Amino acid sequence: MTSAAGSTCGPTPSELPSLPRDEDGPVFQEPWEAQAFAMTVWLHEKGHFTWPEWAECLSREITAAQGTGDPDLGDTYYLHWLKALEGLVAEKGLLTSADLAKRKTAWDRAAHATPHGQPIILPPDA
Amino acid sequence: MTEHSHLSDMELRVRSLESLLTDKGLVDPAALDAIVDTYENKVGPRNGARVVARAWVDGDYKQWLLRDATAAINSLGYVSTQGADIVVLENTDAVHNLTVCTLCSCYPWAVLGLPPAWYKSFPYRARAVKDPRGVLAEFGQILDDDVEVRVWDSTAEVRYLVLPQRPAGTDGLNEDELAGLVTRNSMIGTERLAGD
Repeated sequence: MTSAAGSTCGPTPSELPSLPRDEDGPVFQEPWEAQAFAMTVWLHEKGHFTWPEWAECLSREITAAQGTGDPDLGDTYYLHWLKALEGLVAEKGLLTSADLAKRKTAWDRAAHATPHGQPIILPPDA
Repeated sequence: MTEHSHLSDMELRVRSLESLLTDKGLVDPAALDAIVDTYENKVGPRNGARVVARAWVDGDYKQWLLRDATAAINSLGYVSTQGADIVVLENTDAVHNLTVCTLCSCYPWAVLGLPPAWYKSFPYRARAVKDPRGVLAEFGQILDDDVEVRVWDSTAEVRYLVLPQRPAGTDGLNEDELAGLVTRNSMIGTERLAGD
């Protein structure tokens, strides 16, 4: 617990950016955010990593993003989430980064080969 | 020429993860859909509101909640799948509790659903600790100087839920009606209920 009343460390309140506010809007801004979230929950439930391991990985990505200039207003949260998940599945040996890169190229090719509005299917040899 | 499809960088990366993990039998797309449905439609702040309302009408339950919140909350059917313990913090006339996760965005999903964008933002995470009264003021909550503000930093192991004070003039309301008065922000601690 931090009893913060009277704290004098760090920047003064006026130097800190204002809070982003929102209504009780949608939980996920885009479907990919929901998929990334669900994969993490599932892999954790199946015992591939502990929740503290996940939280450490996620907070590391958030801190790294801040270091490269992300104002970190909550709207980029799932970008950090996705990067943390990619890192953790590689760290745990579930997938390699090379597998991911190769598959990403295959999906990009498949999208380009698919007329707009049609479902994008990965060719079997991808 | 027919216009072709385009997937964003994030869409490509998520599809790559999901399709590779599915190929290896590590995820089941139908199970992923069920998880998304749960978090979009089934869990949310209403669960927490039911916990709070029960504590308001049942003194024994309230004591249990303050002593062992994880068990008391599980008894209502709300179970954390992340294995985190929940600790309930009681607001009183003298103490106001505010919760935050300074490192990432740990949050009691089982009782509040997923966090709002501001909870995940750096300004909130930084300022809740350094300037809690300023943060509360931005949420329209001006506390008397003699009210102590306690800030609680969540972790992957422990999440917090604020038990707001029961508003004055609600003696005639039943548990369901009381649950309807409990807001998400009052359980995070960025709001005090009317008369709280």
